[in-house]
Amino acid sequence: MAEIKTLTDAISELVHDGDSVALEGFTHLIPFAAGHEIIRQRKRNLTLIRMTPDLIYDRMIGAGCASKLVFSWGGNPGVGSLHRMRDALNHSWPVPLKIEEHSHAGMANRYVAGASGLPFGVLRGYAGTDLPAHTDTISTVTCPFTGETLAAVAALNPDVSIVHAQRADRAGNVQLWGITGVQKEAVLAATRSLVTVEEIVDTLEPVPGAVLLPSWVVDAVAVAPGGAKPSYAHGYYERDNAAYRAWDAVSRDREKFSAWLEELVAP
Amino acid sequence: MLTELASESSVLSEPAAAPVLDYTADEMMSVAAARALRDGAVCFVGIGLPSTAANLARRLHAPSLVLIYESGTLDTRPEELPLSIGDGILADSALTVISVPEVFNYWLQPGRIDVGFLSGAQLDRYGNINTTVIGEYDEPSVRLPGSGGAPEIAASCGEVMIVMRHRLRAFVEGVDFITSVGHGSAPEDRRRLGLTGAGPLRVITDLGILEPDPETRELTLTGLHPGVTVEQVRAETGWPLALSPEPLIPTPAPTTRELEVLRSLRTVGQ
Repeated sequence: MAEIKTLTDAISELVHDGDSVALEGFTHLIPFAAGHEIIRQRKRNLTLIRMTPDLIYDRMIGAGCASKLVFSWGGNPGVGSLHRMRDALNHSWPVPLKIEEHSHAGMANRYVAGASGLPFGVLRGYAGTDLPAHTDTISTVTCPFTGETLAAVAALNPDVSIVHAQRADRAGNVQLWGITGVQKEAVLAATRSLVTVEEIVDTLEPVPGAVLLPSWVVDAVAVAPGGAKPSYAHGYYERDNAAYRAWDAVSRDREKFSAWLEELVAP
Repeated sequence: MLTELASESSVLSEPAAAPVLDYTADEMMSVAAARALRDGAVCFVGIGLPSTAANLARRLHAPSLVLIYESGTLDTRPEELPLSIGDGILADSALTVISVPEVFNYWLQPGRIDVGFLSGAQLDRYGNINTTVIGEYDEPSVRLPGSGGAPEIAASCGEVMIVMRHRLRAFVEGVDFITSVGHGSAPEDRRRLGLTGAGPLRVITDLGILEPDPETRELTLTGLHPGVTVEQVRAETGWPLALSPEPLIPTPAPTTRELEVLRSLRTVGQ
């Protein structure tokens, strides 16, 4: 059963130095508040897993939380590069960063395999591309029925998965809707899980197309209103595209970033 | 350059003559890309130039174009252009929203998408695309965003269209990293690799149109935009660009209507 906790307590209890941690949310419902709390608590040596690192991992990498990044598309969508991620890769600033790179289809199937309790996922993918030569969690498997060679990708089973949702009830059942990405798979694949929510309600009214995570597959629920900003929460607030554009200048410059970080962690 | 040429001609033309339209090379590219999308096609759209062109086509000749973004928004009809592939406007105007594993496994992989619409940082003579690194993988001179959905879009869509600005640094003999396979390096490569779609059948740039040679699969010049010369295109191409054996097709200049609609497209939050 999910316990309802403060965000501070939930991060402190569930995320440990050296853990593999997935913060998912495909453009929508990105758990920024949880990522910022991980920065504040100065977690270190994390393996950060996420299909689209986005601004939140740019920040966590720049703050020195990560030693490894597992991903499939690392940019500021529609704007440009993630400069903190690039600085870590090119100049080991503030600490060296290793990468494990996939395609979206590969990452999605790694989560599906992890959620399904299987050691690997199978797909038609990567054939003829240069990624398999650089990523050892990509291989091939021969179909026992047709003899066809298919791509195999190692399952992802993060130590902790963190997602943001619109709401939960008092028992800790979680409801999210709109673009739901790989959040369900990420939570079910993980050893431990935390969901931050916009609000806690008495009754979860049904919403078309919603994903429901039962309380018994979630370890902790924390209330974090606005916790997905500057991404968005469908039905609550819109994506702050101006903030995404403005991040570019902060991210480009170590001093501007350091000033941003100082403000974030200030008591 | 096109803008300068056009302005010059409008100065020179008689006041009573039909007005010469003033447009940029980027606008010509978006219009040419939009025209290439047939009404009713199911189209997997990347952000940026492809998204602009696909949304332009939907407002012009292709109202029944089905747009799918990798965020899982299926048959979406946004009133403004999204900044990212997962903006709220895409979910609000979609027929349905599906999960990301479903997008790739149920819709893309089995060949349910007619056209994949891609762009890239580097493109080579066989239509292979690089969006991963410039230079060596372990010590790149430029780290690019990476694969995203592109490798499987390039593999499994019925056909692929590429829209890219034509620059010497981008149109290279061989890409530094094959992120998404075009035609590999030989005519039989796609079949050998088990790639089910036909691969890139058209590359639309701000200078003209390239299509693979039916025999060798090497990209050749098949069309030119107004005011552009073959020499200009060759100067911006990193391999000895062959001309199609057929006569080059001149791209008709954008119409007033096409330009009006293109310029009316606003990106969310701008």
